[in-house]
Amino acid sequence: MGKNLADDHQQVSSGAQETQRADRLRSYWRANLRLIACLLAVWAMVSLGCGVLLVEQLNAISIGNVPLGFWFAQQGSIYIFVVLIFVYAWRMDVLDRRFEVGE
Amino acid sequence: MFAATAGLLANPTGGGLDSTRALTFLFVTITFLVYLYIGWRSRVRETGEFYVAGRGVPAIANGAATAADWMSAASFISMAGLISFMGYDGSIYLMGWTGGYVLLALLLAPYLRKFGKYTVPDFVGERFDSETARVVAAVCAIFVSLTYVAGQMRGVGIVFSRFLEVPIWQGVVIGMVIVAFFAVLGGMKGITWTQVVQYVVLVVAFWIPAVAIAKLLTGNPVPQAALTFSDITEKLSALQVDLGFAEYTQPFANKSKLDVLCITLALMVGTAGLPHVIVRFYTTSSVRAARWSAGWALLFIAALYTAAPAVAVFARYNLLRALDGARIVGTESLRTDDETSREILHLVAAESAANSAASEPITWATSWQKTGLITLHDANANGVIELDNAHGKFAEASIDPDIIVLATPEVAGLAPWVIALVATGGLAAALSTAAGLLLVISSSIAHDLYIHFVDPHAPESRRVAVGRAMIVVAIVAAGYFGIHPPGFVAQVVAFAFGLAAASFFPIILLGVFDKRTNRAGAIAGMIVGLLFTTAYIVGNRSDKILGTEEPLMGPWCFGISAEGIGVVGCMLNFAVTLVVSRLTAPPPAHVQMLVESVRVPKGSHAPEAHFDESDADADNP
Repeated sequence: MGKNLADDHQQVSSGAQETQRADRLRSYWRANLRLIACLLAVWAMVSLGCGVLLVEQLNAISIGNVPLGFWFAQQGSIYIFVVLIFVYAWRMDVLDRRFEVGE
Repeated sequence: MFAATAGLLANPTGGGLDSTRALTFLFVTITFLVYLYIGWRSRVRETGEFYVAGRGVPAIANGAATAADWMSAASFISMAGLISFMGYDGSIYLMGWTGGYVLLALLLAPYLRKFGKYTVPDFVGERFDSETARVVAAVCAIFVSLTYVAGQMRGVGIVFSRFLEVPIWQGVVIGMVIVAFFAVLGGMKGITWTQVVQYVVLVVAFWIPAVAIAKLLTGNPVPQAALTFSDITEKLSALQVDLGFAEYTQPFANKSKLDVLCITLALMVGTAGLPHVIVRFYTTSSVRAARWSAGWALLFIAALYTAAPAVAVFARYNLLRALDGARIVGTESLRTDDETSREILHLVAAESAANSAASEPITWATSWQKTGLITLHDANANGVIELDNAHGKFAEASIDPDIIVLATPEVAGLAPWVIALVATGGLAAALSTAAGLLLVISSSIAHDLYIHFVDPHAPESRRVAVGRAMIVVAIVAAGYFGIHPPGFVAQVVAFAFGLAAASFFPIILLGVFDKRTNRAGAIAGMIVGLLFTTAYIVGNRSDKILGTEEPLMGPWCFGISAEGIGVVGCMLNFAVTLVVSRLTAPPPAHVQMLVESVRVPKGSHAPEAHFDESDADADNP
């Protein structure tokens, strides 16, 4: 951590490096936004989509012994929510390292 | 410990009810002593420890604490019951109260953790460079938390009165003393570690009866698997169709599709905007830990939330089967507090080939009738309770959804120590949520209002002292509302989520993701969102809230009910904020730099540096 701080001070001293750093932060933020958009699309699809809007159509199919739409609304969407958050935490760890912005 | 108590139980001394009470007393005492011990161990001296536990809480521990903070008496006691009564439509709570964590983890928690400081109003005030915004945010936080905490104290009182047979007010006072001890001494630090223990207590207390009932009814001990892969849901649906009702899984039985969609979304957005949940993410050691701990939090919450719909199905099936066709073998008259008397029916189980318990007395029905939470009435005077739809929905029985979780172990004939465990879990759920809410109320009054505006140069010791004093004030207020609940408490929960959805969520989100959002936009957006949502909820529920004869307005906004209107308020807030911000000058340079800085995790390892303005700027890119 102390090393990071020292790195920061060296970068501030050089104008070119400063621009490079701003570019890197912009790319980091864009990558973050893309990841958020993908995960939220899945979030909306399983809960609002499969659990509410399409529930009647999906109920024609069964998973185990319960209608699929009902299962998405009371079980499936919750499992997928948990997975989504862990995927985000994991992918952000990767992005933090790639763009050298981690703590 | 459980094996020992189970052995104790086999010893046939005393009646079943007495041993249940003794065990409840034992379990409650043990857990309360543990909470007190942790409170004593975690006593603090500094503001940072008092409000955000010194930012040293590991991700998994913060996840467990968040889960206990979030799961209230309502989640533990009422939710499975509500789902049981609502069938598919109960999904609004399951998806709404979990889906919000995805929004929180992706859109709010990491950035607020990077921002640092102590409270949500801190962020709002600083990001929009406005004391007005800070005050509005603080007042909203106090209102939302106070309405919520009253329900928790009520929950404590109900559990005490049912299981230990003390008056509700005594139960509330005992709960107040316990919370006061660890919250006043340990602040957020004491609350956090107590919540970790309370999570374990409440999830064990929920799971043991759930597993026992799942095994009993389906042969499969995992409630979720039993729900999906056994034929219990089909059997329940068939039973309901026999009695003349719709299938259990039938969607939109009592709510329109649009209303279900709006309520689900409003609960999700409201969850992400509730201050007592957000503030838990200020306590993690890093931005990275905040992201991971949101995942742990939802995993821990899901452990209860995916089991609850299974318990809902088991409980409903059990209740319908036990009560339908039960024969009345006697009545007694019970004098109630308000000098009226109530008729208690003594029942024996229906006689049928499939019923092994035929003609045995149904004792739980008698004890719950005494609390008034089950009312039975032989409408056609034929000596049998009939639940079929011929005389209207459940004409001969009315059952309060709140007892589903509390009564299911009794209905299923589980051992007294399981019943005692459920009572202990209900108390853990109520106390952990109450403590988190009390801290938000205290920090809003002490830190955001008093220290910020009245006494900005207070030394460290006085800051902590004011925080402690405000927790005591909040506990007394919460206790008062717990003993004398205002009639509109149930209605006000819709308010809490609606207000959080229409005020905090859009403002914090745009504060991080839209650099152009400025003071004028944020204030205009919050005011429009709050006014619209408040007016719509009060107007639609004025019969309950203001005491008018009829609601002042109908659900004129596409038939969306009061619970779901927060979504519309939230969208109005977004629209107004975006437009007004673009019509006025962009925010000043130091605010834009603040936004840049919260978007990048780097630099959060020295959170205390943020309290010194010059250091905070040096950290910015």
